[in-house]
Amino acid sequence: MYNFTNLYEANSVQEALELKKQYSNALFLAGGSDILIKLREEKIAGSDLISIYMLDELRGICLEEDGTLLIRPLTSFTDVSMHPLIKEHVPVLGEAVDQIGGPQIRNIGTIGGNICNGVTSADSASTLKAYDAVLELASLEGTRELPYGEFNLGPGKVDLRPGELLTGIRIPKESYEHTYGHYIKYAMRKAMDIATLGCSANVKLSEDKTTIERIRIAYGVAAPIPVRATTAERAATGKPVNSQLLETVAEHALADVTPRSSWRAAKEFRLHLVQELARRAVKIAIEKAGGTIA
Amino acid sequence: MTHKLVTCTVNGKKRHYHIDVRSSLSDMLRGQEGLFSIKHGCDVGECGACTVLIDGKPFNSCIYLAVWAEGKDILTLEGLSDTRGTISDIQQAFIDEGAVQCGFCTPGFIMSSIPIITKETPSTREEIRKQIAGNLCRCTGYEKIVDAIEKTQKKRIEEREHTS
Repeated sequence: MYNFTNLYEANSVQEALELKKQYSNALFLAGGSDILIKLREEKIAGSDLISIYMLDELRGICLEEDGTLLIRPLTSFTDVSMHPLIKEHVPVLGEAVDQIGGPQIRNIGTIGGNICNGVTSADSASTLKAYDAVLELASLEGTRELPYGEFNLGPGKVDLRPGELLTGIRIPKESYEHTYGHYIKYAMRKAMDIATLGCSANVKLSEDKTTIERIRIAYGVAAPIPVRATTAERAATGKPVNSQLLETVAEHALADVTPRSSWRAAKEFRLHLVQELARRAVKIAIEKAGGTIA
Repeated sequence: MTHKLVTCTVNGKKRHYHIDVRSSLSDMLRGQEGLFSIKHGCDVGECGACTVLIDGKPFNSCIYLAVWAEGKDILTLEGLSDTRGTISDIQQAFIDEGAVQCGFCTPGFIMSSIPIITKETPSTREEIRKQIAGNLCRCTGYEKIVDAIEKTQKKRIEEREHTS
């Protein structure tokens, strides 16, 4: 028996929002792989829950008319990684969420839960940041769009205003077109582990594959929240594709991160990973894009 | 406390359960149906000993609200044997390969292996390990478990080729 007080089951997004207005302290419950566990640990014992898990209208992935990729937040990690549109347009996102937990967790865990939870180690976060995802946040007052880059306010804290629910994650066409990415999760075990550090990088190369037209890099666990490595991106944009480029990225990425020491790893080791994972992820992304690094 | 009627299919039979809404799926299936193959191991989704199939996919029943089972098709280890109690090929393979020691994790491993052994193309050992990565065994060291799954999958594929 879980240690919560009341369970309100929403049958539509509208009903979920109305329940949230009525019971403002209640927590939205998606797949529950964070909340039901925290209830077991009694961290949030006695809370009220609004279950949105049965809302199929918040499930699925499609392309909108202008080519924007829309991922509904209750899509499970398994369904994200298996989806043909993800495989075609943002395969790196599927590869990233396929490294979460184990099969059972990937079947219940949702991509929306992963980012609303607000932890820096969320495996989908760095790739969504690196692709400039845009969030659709609904409330009874209306819907607003927020760049995912502005969503994380602090550890476990996100810009969800009272009464708001995440209803969509969008990746614009311009962001995924001719773009190739790679994610590296560094963890002690191959499964059922949380990243010591994660790095997601993607590149768009010039037509002759010799110059970086656009590069985006984001990290998990390199700071209190998932972060973009904007200094490294600026330093590498427009540069020729060669081994010096990887050093430029690694060197400048240090300016973008503030890792800490934890029982998983020391700060110094994380700083080492920040550089090494960037080198490796950018190299593989360039190779996927058809470029070569001598 | 609030109670609710949940209707779902369990091991091929339509069932109704009157449950406290705070129940997990494992609470409901153990408590009301006596399906004790479902183990309360870690109770936080880490060990896989409570794994059941929901609409054909493995889930940890310890971190799944019982009310979410409404309308779902659930399969537990008990549903693998036939009406006379004869065990299935994958269960026999676990015995034959010595993949069972204390046995606590075994039902969970077998349920996680169902999507693998029903695949039409052979899996590599690495792929099998990935599919059972959500299940912990503290006795066997996994090799014999992978052997049992690999052999059952191979046998089923060969049998299908034979009959087609």
